[in-house]
Amino acid sequence: MPKVPGMVKGLGVTFRTMVETLKPSGGPATVQYPHEKEEPSPRARGVIALHEENCTACMLCSRECPDWCIYIEAHKTLAPPRRAGGKPRQVNQLDRFAIDYSLCMYCGICVEVCPFEALFWSPEYEFSEVSIADLLHEKERLGEWMETVPDFEAYEAGSEAKGKKVPR
Amino acid sequence: MSGLIFAIELAYWQQTLIKVLVAAVLIPTTALILGIVFLFKMMSWMQSRMGPQEAGPRGLLQLAADGLKFLQKEDIIPDRADRFVFKAAPVVVLASTFLTYVILPAGPDLVIENLPTGIFFAMAVSSLSVVGVLMAGWASSNKYALMGGLRAGGQLIAYELPLILAVMGVVIQAGSLSMQDIVWAQADGSMFGFGGLGLPFVITQVLAFFIFMAAIQAELTQPPFDMPVAESEVVGGFHVEYTGFRFLFFFLGEFATAFAFAAIAATLFLGGWWVPGVDPNSALANVVGPIALFVKIMVVAFLIFWFRFTYPRFREDQLQRFAWKYLIPLALANITITGILVVVL
Repeated sequence: MPKVPGMVKGLGVTFRTMVETLKPSGGPATVQYPHEKEEPSPRARGVIALHEENCTACMLCSRECPDWCIYIEAHKTLAPPRRAGGKPRQVNQLDRFAIDYSLCMYCGICVEVCPFEALFWSPEYEFSEVSIADLLHEKERLGEWMETVPDFEAYEAGSEAKGKKVPR
Repeated sequence: MSGLIFAIELAYWQQTLIKVLVAAVLIPTTALILGIVFLFKMMSWMQSRMGPQEAGPRGLLQLAADGLKFLQKEDIIPDRADRFVFKAAPVVVLASTFLTYVILPAGPDLVIENLPTGIFFAMAVSSLSVVGVLMAGWASSNKYALMGGLRAGGQLIAYELPLILAVMGVVIQAGSLSMQDIVWAQADGSMFGFGGLGLPFVITQVLAFFIFMAAIQAELTQPPFDMPVAESEVVGGFHVEYTGFRFLFFFLGEFATAFAFAAIAATLFLGGWWVPGVDPNSALANVVGPIALFVKIMVVAFLIFWFRFTYPRFREDQLQRFAWKYLIPLALANITITGILVVVL
């Protein structure tokens, strides 16, 4: 059988796509956004969520951030000792944790460098604001997004044992 | 009933007034239809999208909304532009489109003017748009516009030839330059003694049909021949400096010309307003004719836009080579063979 010329094949591709789009079983690849919402993949980089209890204000994320968009303020305080009769522990109490999403470029370095599992990627993407200054989100808002963080999926079969848990 | 209507004698100025009004309403409408059906909807489907959805039912009024938007825009003329030529260019382009509609027959009696040299007239006035495009490119005082205008000039001149040569085959076979006579020749023709389907010239002139389709693609400066208006190369070409309703003129001209060329192709190759089973002499043909012609135009326009949405852009030298080395020799060969066969058979 002679080879079908590429020009004819191309016509076939566009025609098939059109039929596929119009078929009730097919439909377009796009989503009519405000009317129906797109379902992002679980590990999509939508927004960065903060689990406040895990943060020690170590400033690693803030220092690694290429855009310098993370603001952290903390003070030292004393926590009750771990064992009875022990010395009270000195811990950092987080006063402020804010990410300026008008500067953030969603590189995810802060999530990667966080040694205490306080920052997570969430697929949530609807957090636009009318004013650009309103994109500076404080730790309360960042904490709300923790609910939208999906559980980690095992990278491959048998790796569940090492799989990390998302703190809830 | 229709016999009664056509029996009414109108003065020349009354006839002319009616014809002008019909043309003034018809031509923007055709551009709108092609724009919505093909540019917005079919292109979206072919790219697995839905196209405009918000303006009107299923987004069908999107183009009307866009047109209104163009009318609101500021009318900007560059400081160093040649103002008169700059303003005249879109009018020239649109005038060539309007003139092409003069000879399009939609029924035995439904034609603005049945010129004895109809198809020759159509080819002549459609070439006028080159002048308008060159004027636009030159008057804009913009290097991109100038490049685009010159590209358009070279392209349109190169593809006028295969266009006219492809038409020649049909004209030889029909024995007439009049659009109505060409339709009649197809209605009266027969295939191997079977006259029920007539003889649409696409069957005997399939090569000419192919050349014609390729040439009108280039005439309309559509992909794959859209170098004159290529955004990535000359940022829109000759209409880069045009805004508002002047740009709308170019847009309207492009799509109305696409409709006119589709109508010419439908008339020359697919039998025009004639449908098998309807007596072309009856009054019914005046009613069925426009519908049949419209369906055929939509089929041809579908082909045109299908090619448009499928193929990537040629390079400028590939374009010229394709015209001069392939299309024109093929068209000449087609004329020779048709001429010999018409004499022999």
